Amino acid sequence: MTTVTARTSRTGHSASKPPRNAKSRERAMAWARRAPLLPALIFLIIVTQLPFVVTLIISFLNWNSLRPDETGFAGFENYVQVLTNADLRQAIFTTVILTVSVVLASLVIGLGLALLLDKKFIGRGLARTLLIAPFLVVPVAAALIWKHALLNPTYGLINGTLTWIWSLFGSNTPPQPDLLSQAPLMAVIVSLVWQWTPFMMLILLAGLQSRPMDTVEAAQMDGATPWAIFRHLTLPHLRQYLELGGLLGAIYIVQNFDAVFTLTSGGLGTANLPYAIYQTFYFANEYGLASAAGVVVVIGTIIVATFALRSVFSLFKKEAAR
Amino acid sequence: MSTLTPAVHHSTSGPTAPITGSRRRGKSRLDPTRNNTAAGITAWLLALIFATPVLWMILTSFHSETDAATNPPSIAANLTLDAYKEFFGASSGVSPWPPLINSATASVLSTVLVLALAIPAAYALSIRPVKKWTDVMFFFLSTKMMPVVAAILPLFLFAKTVGALDNIWFLILMYTSMNLPIAVWMMRSFLAEVPVEMLEAAQIDGAGLLLTLRKIIAPVAMPGIAATALICFIFSWNELLLARVLTGVMAGTAPVFLTGFVSSQGLFLAKVCAAAVVISLPVLFAGFAAQDKLVQGLSLGAVK
Repeated sequence: MTTVTARTSRTGHSASKPPRNAKSRERAMAWARRAPLLPALIFLIIVTQLPFVVTLIISFLNWNSLRPDETGFAGFENYVQVLTNADLRQAIFTTVILTVSVVLASLVIGLGLALLLDKKFIGRGLARTLLIAPFLVVPVAAALIWKHALLNPTYGLINGTLTWIWSLFGSNTPPQPDLLSQAPLMAVIVSLVWQWTPFMMLILLAGLQSRPMDTVEAAQMDGATPWAIFRHLTLPHLRQYLELGGLLGAIYIVQNFDAVFTLTSGGLGTANLPYAIYQTFYFANEYGLASAAGVVVVIGTIIVATFALRSVFSLFKKEAAR
Repeated sequence: MSTLTPAVHHSTSGPTAPITGSRRRGKSRLDPTRNNTAAGITAWLLALIFATPVLWMILTSFHSETDAATNPPSIAANLTLDAYKEFFGASSGVSPWPPLINSATASVLSTVLVLALAIPAAYALSIRPVKKWTDVMFFFLSTKMMPVVAAILPLFLFAKTVGALDNIWFLILMYTSMNLPIAVWMMRSFLAEVPVEMLEAAQIDGAGLLLTLRKIIAPVAMPGIAATALICFIFSWNELLLARVLTGVMAGTAPVFLTGFVSSQGLFLAKVCAAAVVISLPVLFAGFAAQDKLVQGLSLGAVK
């Protein structure tokens, strides 16, 4: 349909027509271009933006569904509570620690693995497949495996291996730490690093493989050391990929619910904001407070995203320009 | 000719090892004749460490409950299918099929909906782009950045008011919105690979929209559509928070079922492992099937 209009205008028909007609035709063409976009756009606005506006409104209300009579305007009271309530403040803190440590650790390990996989060795394909496997276990299932099969103090694989190693040396008093209760946040972090490292590795490996090899080879001919090449050629090239992996990883890990819910049920200082918000509205029925905490998460995400996005923009723009 | 053999070289260069291999001039980095022994051994060691929890999960799922709960672990214990029989309700009578079918329904139907919305949108963002199409792209991305928890309460209240709680269709709509931005970004990057010259040639020859779609766009876009579908399927299948809040007995999905699966009574490790294996199988298959396009999908099309 659009092709037809384009062709008639090219044959000169439109030139003789008055300008208003040409303008309306132009507008019709613009709408024809827009039409395929609209269903997705409208659907997404209704399902994601509208609820957030409602969240914003509820966040200014004093609303607990168990005490409907007391519902009323609360001003900034909920926000004050989010920032002063010990549990919620702890949740903000936990979210930051969890996100930053998981993203950084999985980026560093992922970079190491990507550098190794960038080389040719026997069984590379299989090693790559094994390394991707953690990312392809359903997150709830992964958390359950970490909790029961690996970290359980009596029969988990970690303590079982300790027993076995100690018995090799004739000792029957191996250390049997209960990691899940001694270092619960660490346990959550480790299990998430395990799941997210493959993700970072794949992105960084793609980055490494898109590296222009001629510059590297020229540098080698000029006698540059491997470290110098890594530092001055590879790392700058990978920067965008590191930032992209960091941004996407942060988006997903800030929102993590599965690991916290399954491994520790938010106990012992491991409750992050998504878990705390879930608790606040689902069990405590504090709708106003939960909404204010939700808005705080969005504000935090926007701050992080603006910083991160600026640098990631270039990669997307480069792709978009193609 | 070369000063150092790669093996020696790598063992001393540690983490900086990426480029060192091609000291031998003129040989490609991917030269199959070169052998990075040290890098290979390190990579394999790390790969095995990373895969251990998965392999242990699979092995334990084939052990009896008593063999699964020993310390030190009984690696060579007899293999049995008991845990799988238990998972499928041999003694409890609780069938995992309803939640598995719910998960499949929600994942497949939401993926179909996502594609139905995302493909035309991606077309309007790449092949015949609207004005300011980059702004539209970033709007899609920004909706993905909004945490689910920031919208879940109104969605929950809405579902409660209209009676859509514990209804699989409401969950399908939620998963559609969750995956739509990812799918739009992915599909745009795949459609952008359709050569412009071919589209112009088709237009000059007077080919209609349908013919252009079928003959020129579809062949290029098909692998991309498949990869997009697989990734949307994985994300829906894995989802827990929305399913937990919005569903109950009727529409509960496999991850929700799994969280309620651990009993505090008796030994259950083998059963949990069997459950984890069964529920992860579709994702493992989908993930390995989409392996080539996994990066492109996960990076929203920014990385090829």
